[in-house]
Amino acid sequence: MVHADTAWVMTSAALVLLMTPGLAFFYGGMVRVKSVLNMLMMSFVTIAVVTVLWVLYGYSFAFGGSDTRLFGGFDNFGLHGLSGGPVLSFVAFQLMFAIITPALISGAIADRAKFGAWVAFMAVWTTIVYFPVANWVFDFGYAGDAGAGAGWLVHWGVQDFAGGTAVHVNAGAAALAVCLVLGRRIGWRKDPMRPHNVPFVLLGAALLWFGWFGFNAGSALAANGLAASAFVNTQAATAAAVCGWLVVERIRDGKPTTLGAASGAVAGLVAITPACGFVSPIGSLIIGVLAGGLCALAVGMKWRFGFDDSLDVVGIHLVGGAFGSIALGFLSLTGGLLYADRDAALLGKQTVAVLTVGAYSFVLAYVIAWVVDRVIGFRVDEDDEVSGIDLAEHAETGYELHPSTGSGVRTAASIARPANATEEESVNA
Amino acid sequence: MKLVTAVIKPHMWDAVRDALEAFGVNGMTVTEASGYGRQKGHTEVYRGAEYDVALVPKVRVELVVADDDVDDVVGVLVKAAQTGKIGDGKVWVSSVDTVIRVRTGETDEAAV
Repeated sequence: MVHADTAWVMTSAALVLLMTPGLAFFYGGMVRVKSVLNMLMMSFVTIAVVTVLWVLYGYSFAFGGSDTRLFGGFDNFGLHGLSGGPVLSFVAFQLMFAIITPALISGAIADRAKFGAWVAFMAVWTTIVYFPVANWVFDFGYAGDAGAGAGWLVHWGVQDFAGGTAVHVNAGAAALAVCLVLGRRIGWRKDPMRPHNVPFVLLGAALLWFGWFGFNAGSALAANGLAASAFVNTQAATAAAVCGWLVVERIRDGKPTTLGAASGAVAGLVAITPACGFVSPIGSLIIGVLAGGLCALAVGMKWRFGFDDSLDVVGIHLVGGAFGSIALGFLSLTGGLLYADRDAALLGKQTVAVLTVGAYSFVLAYVIAWVVDRVIGFRVDEDDEVSGIDLAEHAETGYELHPSTGSGVRTAASIARPANATEEESVNA
Repeated sequence: MKLVTAVIKPHMWDAVRDALEAFGVNGMTVTEASGYGRQKGHTEVYRGAEYDVALVPKVRVELVVADDDVDDVVGVLVKAAQTGKIGDGKVWVSSVDTVIRVRTGETDEAAV
């Protein structure tokens, strides 16, 4: 690894870090006024907690150099024994993945999770689910001196360039489990739970899109042609997914929505994540447009099956991640069914990877959430949920709103009126 | 004296204010309100889920006027607030027993 590679990986790490605050705004805009701070905080606290875990033992659990192919090891506690640009930039880069993956889950449990319970769940899930799965998918045997072997999925030949399985299927399956344990919000289906700030959602999606170039192109771990290819493919798929989502909305609902454009972008980014280093630009357009359309339909599942995945983590991350991973079985330039003379071996491996990671994450997330619920209670009191989790859990409110000023009322003009002409005065007799 | 209360479309507020000022009205109380009449709210769609939004944003204008002016003021107000489409709002007039200007202590018509 030359210095340019180290520089690109560090730059990419910073880009990926920005995705988590971006996600916080993407999610924060979608909840109601009374829970915007809690939604932002569930992501922001994940940055803090996972970073501490990563330094203490997380990196070691994921990339610690044992040859089990299932688990990193114990050699790098406290980042012991790691030095030099290539390894430490990899440590930083992979840390950002470990942060955003659990943060993604928080969208499924909006408005109703005790903050302490979320921290406990997130820390335990990251420890016993994310760190091992990161080893399965991301341990290429690269990690400098420590890299003795590769994780079992990557060793077996599964293609996952930047984490369609390890990040998106993983987080999506956990999101389904934890929202099932917590149950539906009070008033779900009955009360309008409209996004309170769609501009925030679009801003968050744009930050995610920007940061995702680090996520995907950075996963080449080098400043080379593979990184540039991943970069172009990421852009192509995301743009196509916005089109796909909006077309579905235009046909189904009559209007293309802002929320739909933001959601389509994220769906495309998710789906191209595993594929961006293995497909052609045309393949990326195909993956993107199909992912956008598919996820636009998939977010309707929760209404049919009755689970309150509040911000559609399942419909976008589980479905999009699984779709992108399995689509590689067809569209990968190295082993895809359409290119490899009808060889379905890769398609089989991709499917097994999705099912294995999804099942592992779902089962353990369910157990962890259930235990957290039993020990400290996962949900806030009913009163607090109705009156607003921001005040109950954080003693804050997101906005100081003055109910008598705002849309349609020309306040600037009335302020400019003479001070002695008070409002109740009217006609001269 | 009469209290004129008008509930109008928010975007008609500027036209109403200009018309009332041109007529000679010096002040009024304006609040954001929400409600519905015959138009029965509206529908919003988020990720394919339709929400019936029962309450529509409105602006409520209140002003106290002398008995002699009330018909003219109401006429000016209604004309300015009218678009002819459903949801234009309502105006009603009620009697007021006493008015006191806080600054000077003047009462009734002198305080209007």
